Amino acid sequence: MFDFLEGYDVLGAFWMTVKLTALSALGSLVWGTLLAAMRVSPVPLMRGFGTAYVNIVRNIPLTVIIVFSSLGLADVFGMTLGASDDFAAQGFRLAILGLAAYHAAFVCEAIRSGINTVPMGQAEAARAIGLSFSQTLRLVVLPQAFRSVIGPLANVLIALTKNTTVAAAIGVAEAAYLMKKMIENEAQTLLIGVVFAFGFVVLTLPTGLILGWLGKRLAVKR
Amino acid sequence: MTEVSVAKEDLVPTGELVVLKSVNKHFGALHVLQDIDLTIARGEVVVVIGPSGSGKSTLCRTINRLETVDSGSIAIDGKPLPQEGKELARLRADVGMVFQSFNLFAHKTVLENVVLGQIKVRKADRKKAEEKARTLLDRVGVSTQADKYPAQLSGGQQQRVAIARALAMDPKVMLFDEPTSALDPEMINEVLEVMQQLARDGMTMIVVTHEMGFARSAANRVVFMADGRIVEEAAPDQFFSNPRSDRAKDFLSKILHH
Repeated sequence: MFDFLEGYDVLGAFWMTVKLTALSALGSLVWGTLLAAMRVSPVPLMRGFGTAYVNIVRNIPLTVIIVFSSLGLADVFGMTLGASDDFAAQGFRLAILGLAAYHAAFVCEAIRSGINTVPMGQAEAARAIGLSFSQTLRLVVLPQAFRSVIGPLANVLIALTKNTTVAAAIGVAEAAYLMKKMIENEAQTLLIGVVFAFGFVVLTLPTGLILGWLGKRLAVKR
Repeated sequence: MTEVSVAKEDLVPTGELVVLKSVNKHFGALHVLQDIDLTIARGEVVVVIGPSGSGKSTLCRTINRLETVDSGSIAIDGKPLPQEGKELARLRADVGMVFQSFNLFAHKTVLENVVLGQIKVRKADRKKAEEKARTLLDRVGVSTQADKYPAQLSGGQQQRVAIARALAMDPKVMLFDEPTSALDPEMINEVLEVMQQLARDGMTMIVVTHEMGFARSAANRVVFMADGRIVEEAAPDQFFSNPRSDRAKDFLSKILHH
């Protein structure tokens, strides 16, 4: 029944999806946290930048961002992220850049809502013992904010996992790219769809369950 | 705990530690601090009392610049309060603050609460900082709770940890912003006793409170505020037995006779 899978590296394609997800998740977490720090900073310029970034980037379709990374950054500006000859590596890196840039906006907003759950008094107490703004944020506010938004961050991670399929648009050989190729070549289109859908559920379901459990475990008691 | 039995009359206050000069602050249309002049000497215990909304908490919070002022000047140990930044952070480390709602760091253990500032601000090494934290926790009587989280402690215990956290920075002056107002009645005394001890040890203290008993027994001076102004300043005996202003007479008659 699953003969049509022969000759295709389905696991390899999903491995590419996992790599895309993991690296862009890391990138978007770091960049999103920095953006959230900017959005709550006392410096108006940084606040303005953070707000503008989030509002612009989250309102552009991901496909546009990914295609722009390839056609705009790489082809027009020659920004190839150190892989000018190797098109596969170039596409992979640009896809991660685009995915991270896009999802950072959502990570930022999740973390910012987490910051809002931390009572004002926590930051005041931190400042009162002489901690600087960045120390207050790093040592007192963000650790508590993160714990309260593990659930929402899991949502972003699940969305990110599925959104990696957009990388197929610039030729990154991940799961959706292979699926499209198989649908063109094989007759069992419905089954192919089922196989790939199942693959994504296998990736995302545990993410949601584990992070949901972790969120409850790490919640800060007040 | 080491008993230091120095009668407070023996401690001759020397030098001006906190000086506020014609300080004004508005919250929108509300003129919450009106031309406040106040000088606190080294080793002095000043209790600020007054009706709700009289500006006493705001006054307390302006001294380490948790609230900014619109005009006037505030100086601590001869240095005017700087703008927000590294300078201000350094100065805040010298000014201990105890809040009404304790504000212990909820994600850190009691011990870590007292250790954090020492390591990150005073750059002490961890071993020394933990030693000092345990000594201070012992001094405020919560040493057995060192490894618990704040939410597992009673209000009185939390507030005593908060005092230890402030003391860990070796502050020049301690600000208490209604430290017992959020406590169950039976826990008020355990906190007041720690504060009494601090006062006896010669700590400079500015205490906003409704505890008249504490004001009588521990204060060198009572500052009575109403409607954003300092209405009266006097020694506690004199203030409680013979207030000069009508506003203070009215206030005391409402709280002392029932």
